[in-house]
Amino acid sequence: MIAVKNLCKSFNGTPVLKDISTIFETGKTNLIIGQSGSGKTVLLKCMLGLFTPDSGDICYDNRSYNEMVLKEKRHLRKEIGMLFQGGALFDSLSVENNIMFPLNMFTKKSFSDKLERVNTVLKRVNLENTNRKFPAELSGGMQKRVALARAIVMNPKYLFCDEPNSGLDPKTAIVIDNLIHEITQEFNITTVINSHDMNSVMEIGEKIVFLKDGVKAWEGDNKEILKTDNEVVTDFVYSSELLKKVRKAYL
Amino acid sequence: MNYIEHLGKYFSMLKQVLRKPDKWSVFKDSLFREIQDMGISSIGIVAFISFFVGGVVVIQTALNLENPLIPKYLIGFASRESLILEFSPTLLSIILAGKVGSFISSSIGTMRVTEQIDALEVMGVNSLNYLVLPKIIAAVFFYPFLIIISIFLGIFGGWIAGNITDLVLSSDYINGLRYDFDPFHVTYSLIKTSVFAFVIATIPSYHGYYVKGGAVEVGRSSTKAVVWTSIVIIVLNYFLTQMLLGK
Repeated sequence: MIAVKNLCKSFNGTPVLKDISTIFETGKTNLIIGQSGSGKTVLLKCMLGLFTPDSGDICYDNRSYNEMVLKEKRHLRKEIGMLFQGGALFDSLSVENNIMFPLNMFTKKSFSDKLERVNTVLKRVNLENTNRKFPAELSGGMQKRVALARAIVMNPKYLFCDEPNSGLDPKTAIVIDNLIHEITQEFNITTVINSHDMNSVMEIGEKIVFLKDGVKAWEGDNKEILKTDNEVVTDFVYSSELLKKVRKAYL
Repeated sequence: MNYIEHLGKYFSMLKQVLRKPDKWSVFKDSLFREIQDMGISSIGIVAFISFFVGGVVVIQTALNLENPLIPKYLIGFASRESLILEFSPTLLSIILAGKVGSFISSSIGTMRVTEQIDALEVMGVNSLNYLVLPKIIAAVFFYPFLIIISIFLGIFGGWIAGNITDLVLSSDYINGLRYDFDPFHVTYSLIKTSVFAFVIATIPSYHGYYVKGGAVEVGRSSTKAVVWTSIVIIVLNYFLTQMLLGK
């Protein structure tokens, strides 16, 4: 479980996150949604420790980030898996070496053990026999799956995904969504996904936090979001005529 | 950002870079990769340039020594001195700043804009140490070998050119190479090379690592990296020469 408490962050005096408080539960796919510039990525990067908040705190299973010493922060990093928007695979390394990288860096396992683990996670993301390929030889969807395999190879407690569907066709996007959802439940991970893809919201949004101009404007789940009367949310979620009709029919 | 800020940021970067590697086995792999990318892959261009420049130095020196009272062996002597003291360590370092510097800056810059560096940081890896330290070690320890190759090939190129053009006899040229040889000049050349190698590895890394934006900015940072590396090499060359050879 990740608890965000009264988080504030500004850049050059411009507030980007304003007093955000929420809880991301374990074993659930938690989504942060909102328009571009609403502060989603900043919130995610604060949770990842890439940005230092101006005030407030983030607790990882009741461990306060503010109270952690450097060693504990480093240890926390090893409990985190991250799926970046573009995959962020290392171009110069093969699929196998990309996934093996965290194992090489932080474990003392033998090569055969590491290879076995790599093959297990590759199988989990349905990418067997791609070990020797390089990222440039893979499609966008395959790259995302390799990145997901790399993110889960260390058995993380927390999985963060920054717009995992961007640049993918709707069918592949659903494959990635379902994969993240399944992995979250299977390994009981706290997953936080930053997205503005409404398909993801409806499909896997067990907990949804809606940000508007750096403020938490709404939170609920994928069923509640269909019924909500919150205008800010409905303006964003049902921005097209088609979706407005869908909502009308649903209600 | 002014120059002082850049300088401060550069030294802060070095503080992060010059730390014990997170994992020696990973560091060793990176080091061998860097030796290949930055060193071994430069042997061809270094050999080619050194051989022909050595030849040109001999031809030009010979053509400018018209006075019959000046002994011909001075052609070999002048070639040796210019190759050991300046051409091989300084000019080749500037050429390597162009070739290797742009490679370092653009590869690290691309890693930055494609979030690969963020991925390293999220994993808990000291990205500066992981990316830059192997480059420094590879450059500082391998470039002196490149310069030795360059000196030998430059002298050899000069001997070939002297023989082909009949501007200097082989015996005169070899006498000149041996004349008044000061081994410290080679030491001076290798010290300079190691310092320039450090500059070649770190300044482009700095420009690549802190790039913001996209492909255009990566290109710009690469250009800036080459320009600044060349400037720093020229300035350091002056101070090192004064310190090591000045009376």
